[in-house]
Amino acid sequence: MFAFKKSALALVAAAGATALLAAAPAQAQTIKAVMHSDVKILDPIWTTAYIQRNHGYMIWDTLFAVDEKFAVKPQMVDKYEVSPDKLVWTFTLRDGLEWHDGKPVTSEDCIASIKRWAVRDSMGQKMMGSVEGMEAVDAKTFKIKFKEPYGLVLESLGKPSSNVPFMMPKKTAETDPMQQIKIEDVIGSGPFIFKADEWKPGEKIVYVKNAKYKPRAEPASGLAGGKVVKVDRVEWLWIPDVQTQVGALQNGEIDMIESPGHDLLPILAKDKNIKLTNSNPLGNQYAFRFNSTAKPFDNPKVRHAVFVAFAQEDFLKATIGDAQWYKVCKAPFVCGSPLATDVGMAEVLNGNAAKAKQILTEAGYDGTPIVLMQSTDLQVLTNLAPVAKQQMERAGFKVDMVSMDWQTLVARRVKKDPPSQGGWHAFLTSWVAADILNPVMAGFFNASCDKAMFGWPCDATIEKFRDQFSKETDPVKQKQIVEDLQKYWVDHPTHINVGQWYSPIAHRTTLEGILTAPAPVFWNMTKK
Amino acid sequence: MLDFIARRLIAIIPVLAVVAIFVFLMLRLTPGDPAAVIAGDNATSDQIADIRAKLGLNEPIWTQFAIWIGDILQGKFGESYFFKKTVAELIAQRVEPTLALALCTLAFAVCVSVPIGVMAAYRQGSLFDRVVMAFSVLGFSVPGFVIGYCLIYVFAIELGWLPVQGYVRIGVNFWQFAERMVLPSLTLSVGFIALISRITRASVLEVLNEDYIRTARAKGLSNRVVLMRHALRNAAVPILTVIGLGIAILIGGAVVTESVFGLPGLGRLTVEAVLSRDFPTIQTVILLFSVVYVVINLLIDISYTLFDPRIRY
Repeated sequence: MFAFKKSALALVAAAGATALLAAAPAQAQTIKAVMHSDVKILDPIWTTAYIQRNHGYMIWDTLFAVDEKFAVKPQMVDKYEVSPDKLVWTFTLRDGLEWHDGKPVTSEDCIASIKRWAVRDSMGQKMMGSVEGMEAVDAKTFKIKFKEPYGLVLESLGKPSSNVPFMMPKKTAETDPMQQIKIEDVIGSGPFIFKADEWKPGEKIVYVKNAKYKPRAEPASGLAGGKVVKVDRVEWLWIPDVQTQVGALQNGEIDMIESPGHDLLPILAKDKNIKLTNSNPLGNQYAFRFNSTAKPFDNPKVRHAVFVAFAQEDFLKATIGDAQWYKVCKAPFVCGSPLATDVGMAEVLNGNAAKAKQILTEAGYDGTPIVLMQSTDLQVLTNLAPVAKQQMERAGFKVDMVSMDWQTLVARRVKKDPPSQGGWHAFLTSWVAADILNPVMAGFFNASCDKAMFGWPCDATIEKFRDQFSKETDPVKQKQIVEDLQKYWVDHPTHINVGQWYSPIAHRTTLEGILTAPAPVFWNMTKK
Repeated sequence: MLDFIARRLIAIIPVLAVVAIFVFLMLRLTPGDPAAVIAGDNATSDQIADIRAKLGLNEPIWTQFAIWIGDILQGKFGESYFFKKTVAELIAQRVEPTLALALCTLAFAVCVSVPIGVMAAYRQGSLFDRVVMAFSVLGFSVPGFVIGYCLIYVFAIELGWLPVQGYVRIGVNFWQFAERMVLPSLTLSVGFIALISRITRASVLEVLNEDYIRTARAKGLSNRVVLMRHALRNAAVPILTVIGLGIAILIGGAVVTESVFGLPGLGRLTVEAVLSRDFPTIQTVILLFSVVYVVINLLIDISYTLFDPRIRY
């Protein structure tokens, strides 16, 4: 009798629990992530900062995108064709593309978006230099007419990193490119919707799943393929302190850290609930930038002497430490990329101080102290300048290393004053590999004098190679141009690549489906 | 009294003027260019120059100052260069966590430090007194962020009792708010407890040797009454003064504590604004802190009259 009562009670309890479970609303799946920075600006075209690029991928979609092997694939575009003379490109959009406010995506929107992007982006500017005009054929089809065949049409429209040609509604895309878009205009056609009412700069930014988004049928690969969102909501929380980020991840308060400090990776690796995933196999590249207008770096031979004096591994050991997270790689267009090559690099980056000294003497270096700017507040950069100073001094340079915070460096590097009067000779920085995959894309290869990035190299031969590359449509010939450029560049360097490094994502083991891509994306992710 | 308050309020004006000039000049004279920060790493010199012109940073420094002061006098605090929100909106968004942290810290610190300071004075030379003094030296010496990390390690990561970071608004969920306030308040209050308990001990010790205390004891009053009604009340003025001056420590400490515990308050806003050279935000937040500091000290001055009837304004 007692056993019967117990069983009956258990049955009632189980039924009650089942009923309660059935009545309870399904728990919304939320990914909580700490990115490398806080989102303060909402316009990914207006600034080149990587956090805005990442934010852009959440909300806006692109006409083309690169897959994990860096092949450009259609994304919003359904089909495209090129005229036999290679002067007219016709693009047709996929069916069912809609902005978050329910309006359809049209050709006019895309044309306006390309125009605004091209004002701000160097690759866009280069492409528009060859464009005769753009016109909408119908609501879903538009044409780009070129004055001459252009070799980087798909690479430009599918550019994976800053600035990414995100498609925006025409009204938004008509915003002055020098002004930021308004918060009410943060409307895309991408897989997530921005929650303006929950955006608290310095605290968090929230995205929810775009239920109306129609992903491509192909599986997700890199930034291309079907952008299938498998969670309801993504929150990017801003925790400025790296140690606290790690504590929050260990405690299960957040699901991932986009780029934990390398010194904290051993702690994270030991935690059985945390996994380190390198989602960007091309990683990043350190670069030593010359001010080519300042003596003695206005002399290519002096710059070449630095190239000969440097050895990459010393830089990488000093900053990254663990060889698992760096790669000695002489290829300026990044090892592992389609244009990677060591051609012309045999004599440089070997740490040959004696030879560098000899070249320096031949170049007539007069002992002018080199003003080397060191940024002290970004951990991944801090130790680079002392290594550069030591290697340059071994080669006979006099080096005056000036320490400052990154924002001071950013302000000083745009000054063209003489180095002794507030200007500079050199500094070190880092590029995301996806930004430097070819000589047109890579900003430090731009040698167009005053129009070039800070450092302002002025070299007609490099510019000729870049121009040839952009107009060449045959990939084999493009590679040949890159090799020729590289041979010339080694003797006339605009900058020096001082090593490739990787920054894994640290995430809870419950978070799965992280895609291999040049930018962190949140579609395809699942949370157990 | 009203005369005194009016005079003190008028005295705030030159203080704020000096702070305004100092902050404005410091920001303009130290290196760093908000335009270069805004433009991002890949920007060209022309793009940076264009942004600088749009922000009005090419104007002569005194013109920029006159525009800013003119706006402030009209109650316009400007727009953040980065957040694209008015500074007033930003401050309104960030004030709650800082206020909550400051009040919790102050309440906790006063509740702990005054009794232990009084007890240490009463039992001068005892083990308890030595422990309190040793703690106060430790509290002064150990930086706030070290205390914060230790508390996180013990109470959040090892024991799992409390969250590591974050802030939940009090109106959203009180318990989540409370559990997220414990560790930051504890961290920030350690230095404050050290300071107040030491001053309380010294003040009470001084008072305990006064004739009126001896008289009170001779009257047969209990120790509790002697300590609370006669000793502590007469020792209150220096303690209140230190609490008032300690507001500056609280503001400075909030900057570090909010960063360590991921609290989106005014302290963190200040750090972010400084790092990104967001001039309108830095200027307004520092002015606000100055006003708060001056007003709190005025209130402390007024409160002296409650404890010491001899003080009249």
